[in-house]
Amino acid sequence: MACIEARGLRKSFGKTIALDGINLRVEDGRILGIIGPNGAGKTTALNAILGLTPFQGELRVLGRDPWAERDQLMRDVCFIADVAVLPRWIRVSQALDYVAGVHPRFDRAKAEAFLARTTIRRDSKVKHLSKGMVAQLHLALVMAIDAKLLVLDEPTLGLDLLYRKQFYDSLLNDYFDRNRTIIVTTHQVEELQHVLTDLMFMDRGRIVLDCSMEEIESRYVELAVNPGQAASARALKPIYEREALGRSVMLFDRVDRQQLAALGEAHTPSIADLFVAVVGNHAAEAQGATV
Amino acid sequence: MNTPNIAMPGPALSSQTSVPRTVSYTQSFYWSVRREFWENRLIYLAPLGAAAVFLFGFVVNMILLRRRMHGVWPVVLISHVDPAVKHDALVLPFEMSAALIMGIALVVGIFYSLDALYGERRDRSILFWKSMPVSDLTTVLSKLAIPLVIIPVLSFAIVLVTQFIMLLLASTVLAGSGANIAALWTQQSFLRFSLELFYHMLTVHGLWYAPLYAWLLLVSAAAPRAPFVWAVLPPVVIWTVEKMAFNTTYFLSLLKVRLMGPPDPDMPRSADLMSTLIPHHFFDQPGLWAGLAVAAVFLAITVQLRRYRGPV
Repeated sequence: MACIEARGLRKSFGKTIALDGINLRVEDGRILGIIGPNGAGKTTALNAILGLTPFQGELRVLGRDPWAERDQLMRDVCFIADVAVLPRWIRVSQALDYVAGVHPRFDRAKAEAFLARTTIRRDSKVKHLSKGMVAQLHLALVMAIDAKLLVLDEPTLGLDLLYRKQFYDSLLNDYFDRNRTIIVTTHQVEELQHVLTDLMFMDRGRIVLDCSMEEIESRYVELAVNPGQAASARALKPIYEREALGRSVMLFDRVDRQQLAALGEAHTPSIADLFVAVVGNHAAEAQGATV
Repeated sequence: MNTPNIAMPGPALSSQTSVPRTVSYTQSFYWSVRREFWENRLIYLAPLGAAAVFLFGFVVNMILLRRRMHGVWPVVLISHVDPAVKHDALVLPFEMSAALIMGIALVVGIFYSLDALYGERRDRSILFWKSMPVSDLTTVLSKLAIPLVIIPVLSFAIVLVTQFIMLLLASTVLAGSGANIAALWTQQSFLRFSLELFYHMLTVHGLWYAPLYAWLLLVSAAAPRAPFVWAVLPPVVIWTVEKMAFNTTYFLSLLKVRLMGPPDPDMPRSADLMSTLIPHHFFDQPGLWAGLAVAAVFLAITVQLRRYRGPV
């Protein structure tokens, strides 16, 4: 059984289609990054997975219907829906008490151990903590919950580089193991590159790319084309082309790496470049279709 | 290079499949109520403050009284004065303290309910609460319990303590003035008054007002903004439409009865007070049961709203 299985997942708000019949399968023990422009439907998809919004189509999370069985699901699923959703009036000690009180899988010692590595004081109120500290506190609470699925929606938005790095390091080193599944959405693509096992691009309520990081390495090649060989490179049908420092940089999908290496410097594209190529193309196609 | 190094969970924090504790319904309800206390400290601070203010006024009054010594108190402590005068002087301050504290509690309950399910949507903390395995029903019930049970019981306790302190204060201040202090304690009939108050709290605050609080909770779960306006507007509209269309005011009188408390069973107040404490007439009233039915409907809608509504 996959951790998440969706078939024909649809959701619309009035005339706006937020999710346009998504098919999705996330196996256990993966770290999936969902990346997309604003309004791509990422948050809607996560909300459906978390049972926060009703939907059309078929969706099973850990074998349950998230909308109908949200209460049970929340014992095995945890999420950080946004930065700074911890109530501002709550004290750190109260937050620990509360989660320990209501969550059957919360291990208080773990949370305390994590907090001990930070400068957060137990008697502080959330409103007196910095944004980074609030994120640390929330992460401490969440990481101490022995959940099967953890969903993070823009967990590091507005944090400085140091906190962001720390956030993902903690997540990887102290939390993740192959029994858990993590789904994360973010705009800060670069920092996620080495964290993810799977990558998904969304645009306008559709999935435009869904593959493992290994697959990305084997499929996509970014080529800084040697001067004068642009025409022969172009003949291999790059999916995207841009100019950088006076050279043509082209992105190829499923083209033999050896063949490309002869035309310039070939390497694996960054997620950001891949995103621009794939989603940019998708957007152009969509525009072409409407014109 | 892209293959993440994921096979290194920290030794201390790696997840063994530990047997999860079970959290009973009572437990998650208890913590849901507890967190309301953390967030809304006015629940107990407001009645406590009212008690403190009243006690202060009472002390000042007593001291002035002692100075004059020709005041009412020592007079009424002599047993042969007019019962009406006696009531005014002896019982009135105690009834007033109770009325003040219960009144404050009512106001706190109203404002608490209006914000209960709106505040968490406004500050987005609903997304945190919803990430916990606490059902919408538990959340709504715990928030209803605050104005319906917790605040009345709490203010009842505060009234009791306040009145006890008042008796002690009165005894101390009047000691040595020649007044009959023992009469103070016997006249007051502390126990009977408490029972009456407890009954009032249980019936009027707990049951009679249930549809009002349920309505306020519903509005706080539904309102896109300004819950106070949404709470007041529909009744005003219904009343206006009824008045314009049929030239009747059934809705208004219905509302009045609900706000003023259950109609008194026509029993003179001078009759044996204990007999009115027996909840016979109260539970005979169709208005009570109709009100509770309406409250149940409001609650069911509120739970659904909590389910569907996200942050404002």
